[in-house]
Amino acid sequence: MTHPNELTIAAARDALRQGELTATDLTMACLTAMDAGDGLNAFVHKTPELALDMARAADARIKTGDAPAMCGIPLGIKDLFCTKGVASQAGSRILQGFKPEYESTVTAQLFNAGAVMLGKLNMDEFAMGSSNETSCYGNAINPWKVDDRALTPGGSSGGSAAAVAADLCLAATGTDTGGSIRQPAAFTGIVGIKPTYGRVSRWGVVAFASSLDQAGPMTKSVRDAAIMLGAMSGHDPKDSTSAELAVPDFEAALTGDIRGRKIGIPREYRMEGMPAEIEALWTDGTAMLKDAGAEIVDISLPHTKYALPAYYVIAPAEASSNLARYDGVRYGHRAKLGPGDGITEMYEKTRAEGFGHEVQRRVMIGTYVLSAGFYDAYYNRARRVRALIKQDFDQVFAAGIDAILTPATPSAAFGLGEMANADPIQMYLNDVFTVTVNLAGLPGISVPVGQDKQGLPLGLQLIGKPWEEADLLNHAYVLERAAGFVVKPEKWW
Amino acid sequence: MSINIDTARKVAKLARIRVDEADLAALATELSGILGFMEQLNEVDVEGVEPMTSVTPMRLKRRADVVTDGNIPAQILKNAPDAREGFFAVPKVVE
Repeated sequence: MTHPNELTIAAARDALRQGELTATDLTMACLTAMDAGDGLNAFVHKTPELALDMARAADARIKTGDAPAMCGIPLGIKDLFCTKGVASQAGSRILQGFKPEYESTVTAQLFNAGAVMLGKLNMDEFAMGSSNETSCYGNAINPWKVDDRALTPGGSSGGSAAAVAADLCLAATGTDTGGSIRQPAAFTGIVGIKPTYGRVSRWGVVAFASSLDQAGPMTKSVRDAAIMLGAMSGHDPKDSTSAELAVPDFEAALTGDIRGRKIGIPREYRMEGMPAEIEALWTDGTAMLKDAGAEIVDISLPHTKYALPAYYVIAPAEASSNLARYDGVRYGHRAKLGPGDGITEMYEKTRAEGFGHEVQRRVMIGTYVLSAGFYDAYYNRARRVRALIKQDFDQVFAAGIDAILTPATPSAAFGLGEMANADPIQMYLNDVFTVTVNLAGLPGISVPVGQDKQGLPLGLQLIGKPWEEADLLNHAYVLERAAGFVVKPEKWW
Repeated sequence: MSINIDTARKVAKLARIRVDEADLAALATELSGILGFMEQLNEVDVEGVEPMTSVTPMRLKRRADVVTDGNIPAQILKNAPDAREGFFAVPKVVE
């Protein structure tokens, strides 16, 4: 096998089990690709020795003939996950030098299943951003390129998306609070699923907005997403919002048969000023599902327009509370103090130095909407609107809709720096199709379906019923097969 | 709702983020812009709608109120910027 780092999880698993490949060779190939991929700035903390130790252990386990699917699979881990003894900074200067004394539940489950960690991946600071430009490590860069511009891989899981699309690893973990798995997946031509809220444990994942955050896999195929999601999911007593539900065999659900299923096309997602290419992609995707025997139904989700403003009240409110812990006392950065500085100055200077601009802005917005006198007008109103947004989805699912098809993003990947002088709201609009799903706690998946006229990948999003990831993945599998998206970025890095 | 310089200063103080006096005007404009975007929420009729507390209809689980962990002060202090004699050290708090 010449370039095993280009394999899917499914293909590598089969080759490992059949003895055609060792986890050590596979890991070596990924480590080589990772080093050659430095120009993408995707990996920000590399762990090659650890990776080889894990690979050797995986090889021993595979030899016994009783290894789980993820055994020996080299992964990149988003910097938001706490990994024991390995830098975990959430892309922030304030966590400089932080090496957790514990392992997040998701990474522990993946490693217990035999997966190999290659290193930690770039991301927007505290997962706040849609272009990976708020990272303390600098921009991650999209392996897709059409002219001399460097393009964003999206965000916040930008390093994860770039690493998977460039075959630096077989798959990566991501997290999604408003679209941070699905938007970068769409920008880089890969698959990304945000599971139902509560399906995957949040324990040991640096918190941004706790009622919205979910981790999920970012992979080269829908089958890989099914395999890896299975390994990441499950009840965790350490996360009180983790659901006590059995984890189905997601891969076994990929039958490719969606005959008679009802696909909702929400009319409110046909936004004013939507690029013709996105519109055409959506129409094509709809036709693909129809050709596969699904019934296409026009549906209405009337509160869609209010999802983004509600999100930008709720997420910063929760962030301002979650990020209060970064005070320069227990971990991370502490500012140098001047003579006479007390503890308040220590907090204020530490947080001013440690947090980047976007994080500061969101913490302050959150502080404002939670402050006395404004709590009802902003925060409680946003939570009421959130209830209505969820009710919209409840109603269409109750009416028999099995899945909903929408665009994943309002455009293809844009150039790094192009939004530098834009209003922050312009950047927030990247989440317009994805944020509803987090507010309603639903599973959503981004599938690469086509390319724009320049050749950049474009994705569609499928939204499923709560806890029905298996069914959702099957719909995505049908869409993936019909679209036949096999293009890879041409290697320039 | 537009934010003036005094409000911006107060918000920065509440958030414990030091903002230079010279930067407060720009911050106020920026925050006002974002809050302006949120004003759209006032168009929604939320009469009789309860604020969402949990996105999935589940009761938060409880556990017995007993100690399940502990005796790891070295690990707890390991990442502290300033730890002395088994404690986190901070500037003087009590006058």
